[in-house]
Amino acid sequence: MATSTGRVANTARGQAAGADGARGHRGGSPGRIGRALTRHWYAWAMTAPVIIVTCVLVGWPLVRGIYLSLTDATEANVGRTIGVNAIPATYEFVGLDNYIDILTSGLFWERLAWTVLWTAVCVGLHYGLGLGLAMLLHRKLRFRSFYRVLLILPWAIPGFVSAFIWRYLFNSDFGVINAMLKAAGLGAVGWLDDPTTAKIAVIAVNVWLGVPFMMVAILGGLQSIPGELYEAAEVDGATPWQRFRHITVPGLRSVSSTVVLLGTIWTFNQFPVIYLITRGGPGSSTEILVTYAFREAFTGVRNYSGSATWGVLILALLVVLAMVYRRALRRQGEVW
Amino acid sequence: MSTVAAGPKGTRTRGRGERGVAASILLHTTLVVATLISLFPIVWLVLTSLKPRDGWLSSELEIFNQPSLDNYVRVLGETEFPTWLLNSVLAAALTTVLGVFVASTTGYAISRFRFPGHRGVMWLLLVTQMFPVAILIVPLYNLMAGLGLLNQIPGLVIAYLTVAVPFCAWMMKSYFDTIPREIDQAGMVDGLTPFGTFWRVVLPLARPSLAVTAFYSFMTAWGEVAYATVFMSQEEKRTLGVGLQQFVGQHWSDWGLLTASAVLIAIPAAVVFLLVQRHLVTGLTAGATKL
Repeated sequence: MATSTGRVANTARGQAAGADGARGHRGGSPGRIGRALTRHWYAWAMTAPVIIVTCVLVGWPLVRGIYLSLTDATEANVGRTIGVNAIPATYEFVGLDNYIDILTSGLFWERLAWTVLWTAVCVGLHYGLGLGLAMLLHRKLRFRSFYRVLLILPWAIPGFVSAFIWRYLFNSDFGVINAMLKAAGLGAVGWLDDPTTAKIAVIAVNVWLGVPFMMVAILGGLQSIPGELYEAAEVDGATPWQRFRHITVPGLRSVSSTVVLLGTIWTFNQFPVIYLITRGGPGSSTEILVTYAFREAFTGVRNYSGSATWGVLILALLVVLAMVYRRALRRQGEVW
Repeated sequence: MSTVAAGPKGTRTRGRGERGVAASILLHTTLVVATLISLFPIVWLVLTSLKPRDGWLSSELEIFNQPSLDNYVRVLGETEFPTWLLNSVLAAALTTVLGVFVASTTGYAISRFRFPGHRGVMWLLLVTQMFPVAILIVPLYNLMAGLGLLNQIPGLVIAYLTVAVPFCAWMMKSYFDTIPREIDQAGMVDGLTPFGTFWRVVLPLARPSLAVTAFYSFMTAWGEVAYATVFMSQEEKRTLGVGLQQFVGQHWSDWGLLTASAVLIAIPAAVVFLLVQRHLVTGLTAGATKL
């Protein structure tokens, strides 16, 4: 995260200078640690809880997860205690075998292709619809706050509740969507029983869930664009499209880049929608990488090492994605 | 629909903020359709929950046919729902309080102080958000087992904090960045400690962002399923996200129970949401834009 922009750097200097001048910053004098402590202890104290908790609960499991991914641990061979008998762990270090297995199996690539499609379609629709609605709501119109509250409402409903609601709506026998289709003279569709319709269904649910966040974020971005810019453009005779292209789009760039990245990460890791609506089914056709890894770890014979390997691969994909994305933004002259 | 003062007087063209009748109709139609789509599932949920016992088996497009509170009575009286609700409330409340506190202190520290490790903290907060549950869940499960925190609400809360705090700390940091530094300095001049300045001067100014952070933390805990499914295996320790799955299992399902409990769950979330929604736009974007 290259956040060392001018603004931040300045404040850094301001703080340091305020304390005791720039002197003694780098020097190897004896009291250095002590002085650093007196100057920074409250900053450290304030961040300490987060750092400690994160390191223990994210750092350690991560290291452990990476280690597990290099072993053949399953439920059957990890150490455990049954009553008074402690059974020692018998799993072994197997190097990169798990990775080779997974990367050479068609399954991984199949799941990855669907995950990528799922993420791209969902984020694209989130952003497109969010932008459209935000632009409508940004205008002066009657009932604006009324529309806004109602449109954000799907965000206020907990994700798992929404997932259940939609599962009910999609139900082939007594779901209202099929009832509407029948009323319109069309046949019922077994929404969650067919791979293609199941995919459409989960995407529809996720879009319904995700648009409000985008809409709110983009609306805030729109509000931060000075109105004078539009007035000036209008005086110069710019068409609405030109105004959108040359004022709105650049004005939204920083919001957009952030929400698209966040949205991508969230959608990529979207667990409840898939898990609760289709359970990954039918078959494993709607299983995205995250739900598949969960299934490996917690159903049947728990395959800890396999699940950890999937996890490491998912994380690696996301990190690469974030880095590529950031570089692309940089190239456009975006300081992020 | 003339709402804004139209440009300089005497302009013949339509000024900003004015539009023709056709455009108005189109605009409102679009918004009404969008609103209907966003509301329909929720409305249908409420209607279904008010049907009599086996009313969910019919999908007739009827608005109200013998409304009844039967499903609610059964959920509250005949199932474990009240226990799950209590567990969820506890977990969500603890996550919110701790999450807001910890996120705001951290956000303040990285917004105001340059200290060794500053960049490291920022990186940590960003990278943590990318962590898939899948990679953490097994080791975390083992860790919790080792610490004796399985089937314990504090264990679940700690796990939720790792999800909620990084994002919240970022948002708080960005919001603090918008509060002028002179305010802190004035507090210091008046003899407050750095922590005193934060607590008594800056924090009250950051209310919009606090509201968003609280909302986010609450929703994280209230709606989480994966950790809760794995960590809370005992019947009486389940949270709502886990418990509800029972109502619509593989072999037996009762959507009446499910819809009634879904309504009961959505109400607190919606109330919290309505309380903070005014701040959502300002707080969120101050946070998100500068992430």
